[in-house]
Formats: sequence, C-alpha cells, structure tokens
Amino acid sequence: MKHFKGMTIPYIFWAFAFIVAPFILIIIYAFTDGGLSLTDASFSLDSFRDIIDPLYATVFMRSFETGIITTGLCFFIGYPMAYFITKFDEKMQPVLILLTTIPMWINLLLRTYAWIGILSDNGILNSALKAFGLPAVSVMYTGIAVNIGLVCNFLPFMILPIYTSLSKMDPSLLEAAYDLGANKIQAFVRVVFKYSIPGVLNGVILTFLMAISAFVIPKLLGGGQYTLLGNLIENQFISVGNWNFGSAISFILAIVILFTISFLKKIDPDDEV
Amino acid sequence: MSKKIIELKNITKSFDHQKILGGINLTIYENEFLTLLGPSGCGKTTILRIIGGFVEADSGEVIFDGKNIAKLPPYKREVNTVFQKYALFPFMNVHDNVAFGLTIKKMNKKEIHQKVSNMLKLVGLEGFEKRNVNQLSGGQQQRVAIARALINEPKVLLLDEPLGALDAKLRKDMQTELKKIQKEVGITFIFVTHDQEEALSMSDTVVVMNHGSIQQIGSPIDIYNEPRNRFVANFIGESNIIPGIMKDDYLVHFDGFDFPCVDKGFLPDEEIEVVLRPEDIILSAPEKGQLIGVVTDLTFKGVHYEIILQGDHRIYKVQTTKYYEIGTSLGMSVIPDNIHVMHKMKEEKHETF
Amino acid sequence: MKKIQSSKIFYGIYIGIIFAFFYLPIAVTMFFSFNSSKSLTHFSGFSLRWYINLITDREIVDAVWVSLSIAILATLISTILGTLTSIGISKCRKVIRELLMNINNVPMMNPDIVTAIGFMILFSSLRIPKGYYTMLLAHITFCTPYVITSVYPKVKTLDPNLADAAMDLGATPFQALYKVLLPMLKEGIFAGALLAFTMSFDDFVISYFVTGNGVSNISIIVYNMTKRTNPTINALSTIVILVIFVTMFIVRFIPYIVRKNKKGRNHILNEKIN
Repeated sequence: MKHFKGMTIPYIFWAFAFIVAPFILIIIYAFTDGGLSLTDASFSLDSFRDIIDPLYATVFMRSFETGIITTGLCFFIGYPMAYFITKFDEKMQPVLILLTTIPMWINLLLRTYAWIGILSDNGILNSALKAFGLPAVSVMYTGIAVNIGLVCNFLPFMILPIYTSLSKMDPSLLEAAYDLGANKIQAFVRVVFKYSIPGVLNGVILTFLMAISAFVIPKLLGGGQYTLLGNLIENQFISVGNWNFGSAISFILAIVILFTISFLKKIDPDDEV
Repeated sequence: MSKKIIELKNITKSFDHQKILGGINLTIYENEFLTLLGPSGCGKTTILRIIGGFVEADSGEVIFDGKNIAKLPPYKREVNTVFQKYALFPFMNVHDNVAFGLTIKKMNKKEIHQKVSNMLKLVGLEGFEKRNVNQLSGGQQQRVAIARALINEPKVLLLDEPLGALDAKLRKDMQTELKKIQKEVGITFIFVTHDQEEALSMSDTVVVMNHGSIQQIGSPIDIYNEPRNRFVANFIGESNIIPGIMKDDYLVHFDGFDFPCVDKGFLPDEEIEVVLRPEDIILSAPEKGQLIGVVTDLTFKGVHYEIILQGDHRIYKVQTTKYYEIGTSLGMSVIPDNIHVMHKMKEEKHETF
Repeated sequence: MKKIQSSKIFYGIYIGIIFAFFYLPIAVTMFFSFNSSKSLTHFSGFSLRWYINLITDREIVDAVWVSLSIAILATLISTILGTLTSIGISKCRKVIRELLMNINNVPMMNPDIVTAIGFMILFSSLRIPKGYYTMLLAHITFCTPYVITSVYPKVKTLDPNLADAAMDLGATPFQALYKVLLPMLKEGIFAGALLAFTMSFDDFVISYFVTGNGVSNISIIVYNMTKRTNPTINALSTIVILVIFVTMFIVRFIPYIVRKNKKGRNHILNEKIN
C-alpha cells in the first residue's frame, strides 16, 4: 500500500547517518594514516601491519583464549542447566527461564560492581575463607576474576538458545529411542543432543563473540593487567590517540562478528535470541 | 440499459516490469451484478483494486459517475469492498466492525446503533452485535464483512473472491444470499472469482479475462453458448474444440464432413474452430450419426455419464444419461443451433479488444 | 518413581547453585546497602544512611536524571520511529526491505565498543560537541533496531488488507494507522519499548564514548566509582534491581492474568448470547 511506504523514509536517512556513516568512517580511518585529521590522510595498510607486532598479537591471542575458556565454561555449565529446566513441569519452566533472563536486564556495571565486592582482597570471599581458617586468595585483577565475571554475564546467552531447542523436542522421540533399544547415554547423544545442536551452535558462537569483544568486565575485574581487544581499542582512542590503529582493530572485529552471525542466521533462520 | 456508473478507459498496469493489465476498457451499469472471471493471475483482482483505489493504474481513466477518479484515494470513493479473507478488525466486536465507517464519519451513536442493527438483520446476523469476530464461523464473518461495507451506502460494492474460503454447501447458500442482498439494496456489485459456475449462476454480466486482457463480455448465457474464442470455450464449461474450415455462410467443414450451422460472416475457406458442448452431442446407432466413435471410457458424474469416444480424427467428450458398454460403436450428431464457430485464436499473442 | 524423584532433587540443586551464582553478588550488594558502616564485608547494623546519601549526592542524582531522561526520550523516539518503519517496510520492495533490515541488524550484532567508537568518530568529524544530545542520538540509534525486531514480525502476521479495509471504509491513512494497525501491534510495540528502555538504561560502553561536558549516566558514575568502595552505589543498585525485578515479573505474568480474566468474561458473554 503506497500510503505507508513513506513512513520508512525517516529511518532510511537515520540509518544512513548513524549506522552506515560511522561504519564508513571506521573503514576510512582503518585504511589511512593521517592521524586524527581526515583531510591529509592517504591510503595505507600500516595499521594492519602493526597488528602483527608481538605486543598486540598477545592481546589478540589472549582475547581468543579468553573467548574459548569462557565459551567452554558456559557450555559445560549451561547445557545441563538448560536440560534440567526442561525436566520441570510446564508451570515451573517459565519461572525458571524468567529467573535466568532477569540478570541480563540488570545493569552490567552494577552486576560487575557486585563481584568486585566479593572478589577483592579484603572482600566477602576472603573473609569467608578466613572464617573457616583457610588462607586468603588473591583473584581480583587476574584472569580468574575476569573469567568468573564473563561466565556469570554470558551464561544466560548459552542457556536460553539451548533451552529453546530442547523444549521444541517432542518427548516421544526419547521414548522411541528407548523403545528401539538405546541405553540412556546413547539416547541422550543420538536424540537429545542432536536435537539441541542448533541451540548449542547459537549459544557457543554468541558467547564466544561477546567474550572476545568484552570491554567492561576485563577492565573492572582485570584492572590494567588484563587487556583484551575491547580494551586495546579503548586505549587507542582514549589514551594513545591512534585512531587509525584503533579503527583497524575495530574493523577486523566487526567483520569477523558480522560475518559469523550472518552465517549463523543462514543455518538457523527461524531462531530469535 | 440503465445508467453507466463506472467506465474504465484503456487501463494499463505493470508490477516490476511485468504487465498485469494491458489496456482494459469496461463499462459497468447501475444495479448490475458484474463478475470478473478468470484464472489466477489474469488481472481481475487488480482491476478491482484499481476501482477501489488501492492500486493506481499506470495509465487510463477510471470514470465514476462522470468524473475521473483515477487519482482519488480509497477513503474518498463511494465504493466499498468485501476483502478476500474479509479483513475484519479482530480486536473489535461485530458491532464495532460494522459501525467502523460510520464512526469515522462521526455519526451520532444512537443512529449508528440503529443502522448497525438494521444492517445485521439484512445479512441474517440479528443479535450478534457483541460477539467477538474471531469466534464467528467463516460464513458469519463473511456476512459481517458485507454488512460493514454496505452500511456506508456505497454506490458500488466490490467483492474480491469472497466465497473462496467457504465450503461447497455454504458457498451455494451464500451465492443465493448475495444475489438476494444485491436485489434488496439495489446497487452495483462487482464480483471477482475464478469459479465459472459461481459466475454463471449469479451474474447479470460476466467479464472473462486472461493474461491481463478481456476475452469476452456478455450475459452468462451468451458467454456459455457463444464463446468468442478457444480460451473462453475452454474456461467456461466443458467443450470439444475442433479445427475446421468455414466453407460458406451457414456451412462448416470439420473432421471430414460438412455440417450446416447458424454462423455467417466469415471469409471464404477461413480456418476456424468449432465448439461442441458435451451435452449437445446426440448419441445414436452408428448409421444414424454424422460422426462415428467407439466408447473408450465412461465416468458416472451424478446426474449424467461422461463418455469418451474415439473417432477417426480425435476423441470426443459427450454427456449422456444413458449407460453404454466400453467398446460400443456409436453415431454422433449435433443440430445446427449447437454448432458454434469461432475465429481461430492467434498463438502466443493474446488479443485485446 | 523414587528414582525420578531423586533425579529431580539433583536437578533442583544444580539449578539452585547456578541461580546462586547469578543472584548472590546482587544479594550481597543489596544486603550491605543497609549497613551502617562503610564496610562491604562486616555488617555493623541496619541503617538507611546510604539511601539518604543517594538523594543528597548531587552527582548521583544528576546521573539518575540523565539515565532516566535519556531512557525515556530514547524509548519514546525509537518506539515511534521503529513502529512506523516496521509498518512501512512491509509495504516496500524486497530489495529496499532486505537492505534496510540488514543495516538495522548491524547495531545489534556489532560489539558495543565498535558501535561506540563509530559514534565517537562521527561526532568528532562533524565537530558536534559531545554531551547530552550526542548521547541521546546514539541511544535512539541503538534502541530503534530492537523496536523494529519486536514490531516487524507482528506486522508480517497481519492481514495485508487490514489497512486497505479501514481506508475503504473512509478512514484516512492516519486514521487507519491509529484506529486499526496500532491497536493490533500493541503487544509488539510494548515489548519493543520495554527492550529499548532497558537497553538505554543499562548502556555503558556507548554512553561512555559519546558523552562529554561532564554529562554522566548511572553506568558511567558506577564505572568511575569502582576504584573506591562507596556503599551509596549499593543503595542505588538495590533500587534499580528491585525496579527491574518487579517490572519483569509484572510484564511476564500480568498479561497471563489479564488474558485469563478476559477469556472468562467473554465466555460469560457468549453464554448470555446463546
């Protein structure tokens, strides 16, 4: 109906001004060497060459490593959680899912702030250890603290898609598997797990992508010692002032993530997380 | 004939470089029940939407009551529509649905109530005011949609395949009902359907369409008995279409014999096509027929049998109330009145007129 | 039977531990917001001093105001923009629709940090001074896609003739929009608005990069205060968390209750008619 087509026009302009244009600017900065000004910039791949520098390569490696650890932990903790939730009755399941969802709605800063109170050297964790006569641990500003924070934050993103896949499964499938002589483990691997693969894939990729681009949690729980890609980008823009290099990293990060998610959408088109 | 209400003049329309309508000319009269009939994709719904104002034609004029309304938006036109799946407003009850047009016009509440209840009486839904439209049956929703359109007292009601979603029995009832309503309100109905039986039984005028052009306009009887071309003959009812030559006025030659007929005005020896309706072929003993064939198939159709006969030149489809064994040799004859001669349809190109 | 029972208990314990992991830190924060001393480990007595601090601390009050006003304005504008776009886009050609939907996905898929520096570069290049309005523009931009993803699927399920039907009955396009389309999209619009509000209210990364002139929202304040213990943040946390908790429960379970009642009423009505 021609009458309503025009209603998209404001957003077309808006999207070009505030989504497309910034992205183009990032690309321009990534492929030039003019510093902060665009007027005397010329094409250059220097920023991309800098990434190979061992100093920055470690950050890439550490982000990657953190991504894998976080994703792995989230999967091994989250899968059983999703599976167990499906074992509860129809009235209980929405409540459990709601309780899983609520942390996602609470301000990340506030949640991370709460972890600081627990993990810091004179925090709750250490006072509890002391009360039991155990030696104090120093986890604040280490990889451990960062991983705890990341897992706590991303776990719902693993549980929800897996739960969605599992809850769509017809329970008679499992009965049929038993009926055909499968034992519990066979039935689980061949039927339940196979059925949940789209959800697993979704959860794994989502968690991994969010973990490698995390910014606030490594900053607050890792202190200055634990730099991931997100923090590197921030440094380049806020303290170092090398916009070209910062843009190059952002560009790589964005391209990797946009392509992976588009790929994910293609293989599982009906999913909405 | 009565007064013209709508005239379409040379209407064309394309979507995405695909031609949907190629130069439509059509005159619609007051109080007429006109049906646009054709297979899906023939452009019949597009014509309806152009008259309703939902689609703008690429070129041409839409004359309504003497004024060109081609550029007028739907809410300023004196026509109302019954949509394909009714498009009732699901969050409103029956009363509010029917009252919608009057509410927009800011008519006072009392008057609206009165009109709604009269209208519901007309469509046989008395006392349904407070019902939720989602809880109504297909037939009842249909009636609400008709009431919602008619309450605005349009000069023309457009109906876009309104009976398509109903089951066979209900559809028959609604056909009678619609015709009755049209008589009662005395306005023009423009009805779109792909069901030839529906078109023939309800309409004053049938417009047969194919590939975006009008094939024939006429009364149901004309369309059935005098199809203008092969498409119309095939689309309306069953037919045997046989190539032949028009030897002279009132004399046609096909399948090896000359037949007297009632058609004239063709070129000498013009290649033509002959339509023989299955029910018009009279079966007899072989020696008494004009043509001879052997029964190869027989199907019981309820009121009659449908027989397939293999003749020397082709197979013939015949309807009869008598039973014949497969393998029986039979004679076939047709009276001159029932031999219908048409101009040969040009291949590929679809003529417009 | 017994076996099933015991495995249920195991499931329950596991789920309980995970929820403890989610909620314990939050609970601790809330608990110590009522502490009379500054300590975050030792509870020395009940007091509301941090709550009083909260309403007297100019910096925090300002931040709450910025967070709330930006969230409300961004929600309002992005809901209108997103709803109109969702309705319009369903009538557009496929090419335009797919292009716009793909662009629309970018802010949701892109890491916040990349979106954030994109805005920062854009505002710097255009020499727009960073502050309240740049923050608002950024928030509208990243909220609108969420509104569209909530509303557009609802638009797709509508009978495409509904708007035509309204106009056929004499409604202008504007009347068709607010008398027919909007009431039918209510739920999607509401869900989108809620999502937009929380996204805006929770945002840190993007706000951090596009603000300036001392304009800070709650997230930025918390970020700046993490270096030193400040129980006032606990008090603020507690309020925010309670509000979200209550809202989520209301949003999740009220429609249930309302629908049930309504069904009941309709049922009675039908009985009467029959």
